Parts: sequence; structure tokens; C-alpha cells
Amino acid sequence: MRNALTPLMFIVFGDVSARQSSALGLPLRAANTCCILNHMVQYHQTHFDASFAALSDATRRGVLEQLGRADASITELAGKFHMTLTGMKKHVGVLEQAGLVTTQKVGRVRTCRLGLRRLEEEAAWIERYRQLWDARFGELDKVIVELKQQEKPNGRKTRE
Amino acid sequence: MDARRESEPSPMKNRTTVERKSERELVVTRTFDAPARIVFEAWTKPELFRRWWVPKSCGLTLLECEQDVRVGGRYRLVFSHPSAPKPMEFFGRYLDVTPHSRLVWTNEEGGDSGQVTTLTFEETAGKTSLVMRDLYASKAALDEAIASGSTEGSSETFEQLDELLVTLGASLGRS
Repeated sequence: MRNALTPLMFIVFGDVSARQSSALGLPLRAANTCCILNHMVQYHQTHFDASFAALSDATRRGVLEQLGRADASITELAGKFHMTLTGMKKHVGVLEQAGLVTTQKVGRVRTCRLGLRRLEEEAAWIERYRQLWDARFGELDKVIVELKQQEKPNGRKTRE
Repeated sequence: MDARRESEPSPMKNRTTVERKSERELVVTRTFDAPARIVFEAWTKPELFRRWWVPKSCGLTLLECEQDVRVGGRYRLVFSHPSAPKPMEFFGRYLDVTPHSRLVWTNEEGGDSGQVTTLTFEETAGKTSLVMRDLYASKAALDEAIASGSTEGSSETFEQLDELLVTLGASLGRS
């Protein structure tokens, strides 16, 4: 199953070396890199099945990429990918089933956006990011206590 | 080593918050029980900065840490990790340096369109409120940064970090 996981990792989460680019808090990116590697092995297979089926098609991967940039209607997507409306509806249906995309019909237009799973992942990521900074700031507190100590005229040490 | 594990005297820990303020912006906040000049110093002196910045839970080693903290000056951090084929480098430039109140820097390891980080220090009654804003070039850029980190092993990583912090706390407490 390793082979099956690899393309999914690439598509959904990005190639690690290429994405080192947009570093979010410097060492966090580095931390992510190694944790992603560790995590690939542990990730539950079930979580992948529907997503992986949905992602096995190049057009659907393209649609996700497109929706990552901006929401779009089925008509717009069909136009971008040079497909019939019916064909695009089918693709969006598969992505919807996998929870990767949600759609909403307003009037005659059905708008597609990245699905809830993505949002849940974002919330989880933000919490982990918070924990990282919390830990980091915990360390910073210790440095600060030391500096304050050194500043005190009657402290154990004097400031050089 | 007289590794006496005293319970950490951490009376009330200040809370860290993270919020996606807009499509392009991520904001981290935290208060510190010290005047702004001290917090600023801990961010801008490499020998102090390197003591708290590196998350050790993933086995990262900070190989190099250079900070030329002045407008136009550059910073550079280099990390290694056993699972990374080569050291990872992060660098950029300071766009604004206002002592004890504001730092702005670019993140250029990914090219010109990396996020810009603005750090402000606001002192009230001897405490400093820190706000760190990461402004991305586009919604897609921030989405991507989040997505690429979304499979990170979460709780386990931080449990490891917790253990480490306890150890560090114990050793620091002795000095």
C-alpha cells in the first residue's frame, strides 16, 4: 500500500521538498517535514480509501487545485477543463462523496468549494501550531526570567 | 547531576493564541511577564534566540543562527534532522527594526512571494503583549502552508516536547 499512499501525499499535502518554500514559522516547517514522513506510515488506511479513489483521476486533482485558489461553479470548472457540464458534474459528485468538496446551489448556479475535511484539518493544524508556539514561548519565558534576574541591582549576577 | 525533579514553579502560564484572521493572515499572540526591552532582546540576540526557538521534539538541531537585526539586515537559520537528506535553510531580511516595539521580516527561502512576518511588542505595567502576524501573498499560499503540515503527528509530538520541557526546566532550575 506504500505505493498507493505516495501520490496522495503528494497531491493533498504537497511534496515536502518543494513545499519547504512557504515556511510557516521557520523550524515548524522542518518539524512538519519529519513528522509527515513518520506519519505516512501510521495514517489509517480507511481515511484514505474514499479520498484516494476520488484522487485517482487527473481532472479531479485539477479541480481540487483550482478550488484551492477560489470557489467556482460547475460551469466554470467545465470550461476550464474543457468538459461537458455532465462530465464535470460527475467528477464533482465523486469529490463530494469523498468529503473533499462541498457544493451549494444558489439560483441556477451550483458553487463548489473545498470540503469540510479540509476545514477540519485546518482547525487541527492551527491547534498544533498553537501548541508549538506555546512550547516555544514556555522556553522563552525561562530566558526572560534569567534576563530579569540579571537586571536586578541586587540580583545574583550583574549585567555585563 | 543531582537531577532533582522539583515541580516547576509556573504560577500562571500566559496563554498562546493562534487565529487565522483573514484569508491571508495568521496571528499568534502571547503575553510575557517582563518589560518589552527584555522580550525584544531575547528575540534579537542570537545566543538567546537559539535557546528557545528550536522544537527539539523532532530531533532537529540548529546548526547555524545568524541575525543582523537592523533594517535591510539578513537572518539565516540552518537546521538538520536525521531524516532530512540535507540541512534545511531559512532566511530573509529585516524590513523594519524599531527597538523594543516592532520587528518586520521576510521569509525568502521559498522565493520572493514568501510571507511577511510582523512582530509587535506592547508594554503595559511591566508586561509585554506580543503579536506576531504572518501575511501571505495569497489565500492559496496560506492554504498550502497549512495543508502541507496537516498530517503532522500531533499529540505525540507535543507529548515528547512536554517531556523535554520538564527535563529542561529541571536543569535550568539548578543554574
